[in-house]
Amino acid sequence: MAARIRIRGGRLVDPRHGVDAQRDLYLADGRVVAVGAAPEGFAADRTIEAAGLVVAPGLVDLAARLREPGFEYKATLESEMLAAVAGGVTSLACPPDTDPPLDEPGLVEMLTRRARSLNLARVYPVGALTAKLEGERLTEMAELAEHGCVAFSQANAPITDTQVLWRALQYAATFGFAVWLRPEDAHLARNGVAHDGAFATRLGLPGIPAIAETVAVGTILELVRATGTRVHLCRLSSADGVALVRAAKRAGLPVTCDVAVHHLHLSDLDIGYFDSHARVVPPFRGGRDRDALRAGVADGTIDAVCSDHTPVDEDAKQTPFGESEPGATGLELLLPLALKWGEEAHLPLAAALAAVTGSPARVLGIDGGHLGVGAPGDVCVFDPAAHFRVAAGTLRSQGKNTPYLGYELAGVVRYTLVRGDVRYEAAGERG
Amino acid sequence: MSANPQLDANGALAHLLTLEGLPRAIILHILDTAASFVSVAEREVKKVPLLRGISVFNLFFESSTRTRTTFEIAAKRLSADVINLNIGTSSTSKGESLLDTVDNLSAMQADMFVVRHAQSGAAHLIARHAGAHQHVINAGDGRHAHPTQGLLDAYTIRHYKKDFTALSVAIVGDILHSRVARSLVHALNILGTPDVRVVGPQTLLPAGVESLGVRVFHDMRKGLAGADVVVMLRLQNERMRGPLLPSAQEFNKYYGLTPDKLALARPDAIVMHPGPMNRGVEIDSAVADGAQSVILPQVTFGIAVRMAVMSILGGS
Repeated sequence: MAARIRIRGGRLVDPRHGVDAQRDLYLADGRVVAVGAAPEGFAADRTIEAAGLVVAPGLVDLAARLREPGFEYKATLESEMLAAVAGGVTSLACPPDTDPPLDEPGLVEMLTRRARSLNLARVYPVGALTAKLEGERLTEMAELAEHGCVAFSQANAPITDTQVLWRALQYAATFGFAVWLRPEDAHLARNGVAHDGAFATRLGLPGIPAIAETVAVGTILELVRATGTRVHLCRLSSADGVALVRAAKRAGLPVTCDVAVHHLHLSDLDIGYFDSHARVVPPFRGGRDRDALRAGVADGTIDAVCSDHTPVDEDAKQTPFGESEPGATGLELLLPLALKWGEEAHLPLAAALAAVTGSPARVLGIDGGHLGVGAPGDVCVFDPAAHFRVAAGTLRSQGKNTPYLGYELAGVVRYTLVRGDVRYEAAGERG
Repeated sequence: MSANPQLDANGALAHLLTLEGLPRAIILHILDTAASFVSVAEREVKKVPLLRGISVFNLFFESSTRTRTTFEIAAKRLSADVINLNIGTSSTSKGESLLDTVDNLSAMQADMFVVRHAQSGAAHLIARHAGAHQHVINAGDGRHAHPTQGLLDAYTIRHYKKDFTALSVAIVGDILHSRVARSLVHALNILGTPDVRVVGPQTLLPAGVESLGVRVFHDMRKGLAGADVVVMLRLQNERMRGPLLPSAQEFNKYYGLTPDKLALARPDAIVMHPGPMNRGVEIDSAVADGAQSVILPQVTFGIAVRMAVMSILGGS
């Protein structure tokens, strides 16, 4: 039974309802019951003093790999769910690239049951679009949806056979399911490990050209036009990709898209002297691409900013760049990096938070990411002025792999509430 | 990660990983030192005691008899102990990581690693991991760098042309996959060469290659016009037919160095090739064995240059 909690004296920022003011927040029975004045007869079991802190909706992350089943040596559900709440993330979608992939109802059910028993963040599994993610046979999407899959995806294994992709979109559209696709032409991206540009040329790294993304976006958009399927494009990386989506949205196609938060800050130059922590999928591209991604989030072309959390064990990064396993840990960096972007773009705090709360909740189709009366009691209370140093020891995720190691970032989570209960509280905090 | 990975705190050479970003003075010092070693090869006793007691490990993750041999000769002429390890793919199949291999050899008191690896950046990784007293020489990493080859090419050019600041140098062929081309371009730019050209079809030129400081030519006849130095690159067998090129014959016709194409360069132009050559593909025998060819002297100078690099790194 969730306690009655008052969060007192904080700066309440609720982008969905246009609130940015000092307001108290009242939670009971797992939900928001009042904003501002206490409901009549409300006797708090606990009061959290939030003076000087921001009270925001819990973060909604559209891509966090929990590594279960199959990759428990990289991370466990428990370690990553703890990382999520430590990062203020209260809802997350996990891609199907587990081992085995999430292509059978039993696997999905096991994952959701395990996640529920940990009672930390809410987990929304994204089911595999094709069996074993092999791009050949459709999965039992309707059955998977009944077991909790919120969408269907190929994760980082794009379908190469366009006929299969077309049929998969048609089938998903039959049931009204959303399909999440990371746009990449596998042939054009083949063997590449870094953005195909002057910097990869200097380092002698095989390139992945930006056209690997735009060719795939073009194909997917044509298929959306033909099938009417709701498609969410994952992890845009190029300026031209953003422009294509902008035009498609203007034309009224039912598409949404996201970007990984590190792509708003870093470019191919950050590979430096072959830093394998900067090996991510899709690759960091040029400065012009990064600027277009930032502008795309600001003008709403890009609907959501996600962590693309990918814990990788250090051994798999201690190899030459091209042999290293791609991906960066991100659950605990999503908030500070989103804040950093917002500040650099001179946006109000609410705009930066919208990209990691209300907007991704809308993509996911869940009630969440806001703090109106009746909303789920998912809250992130953070200190926007406190700094922390990104270090292996300060990250709760089992993955310590991030190009941000050693950076000082602002934005420290003090409390995370899920379903109206405090699920994380920073050391030394006691409201 | 921001500090230059191949210089120590005093700006002296700690490793040789790439020529990019090396101070001109260090490159000139290596070339001058190499000049003093060329004569060693002509002596009856081809040995100097500069590296006595030093252990040099030739760590070849990618097979190469030629480069490994020249490093071995260079180390032996400096009186170092040389241990050759042809690791190929066997260690990875045994599951040992690159850095585990290096740790094991470090425990055997290795002073210097000469590293060749198919992956760009492998030498950087080893240098980052190596002990403070150890030195890493990159003997070729992926497409990235082959600095001793770049230095021996620079040495050869200086030997025949004396001054870099008035030269036109054309590098022809598979630039995309070539660490030799990248290292030579860096060397030439650092040494003040005003006109560095790369010549090849679009499929063999990497993205944004102009940013390395070169002029791009697709027509070899235009690319060779007035050149003082013509550097031909090796075309790997497996790339002669496929998505990059239709055939070795067509490549030879448009990008192979034939006597009639060489005639477009300056009459005193020299012809270089890092070896091994594909005669009849990137270079015709008449040119390879002709009066303008300096391909064999390159090999001789290569030993002196590698001696210079080793003695500078190990003798400090």
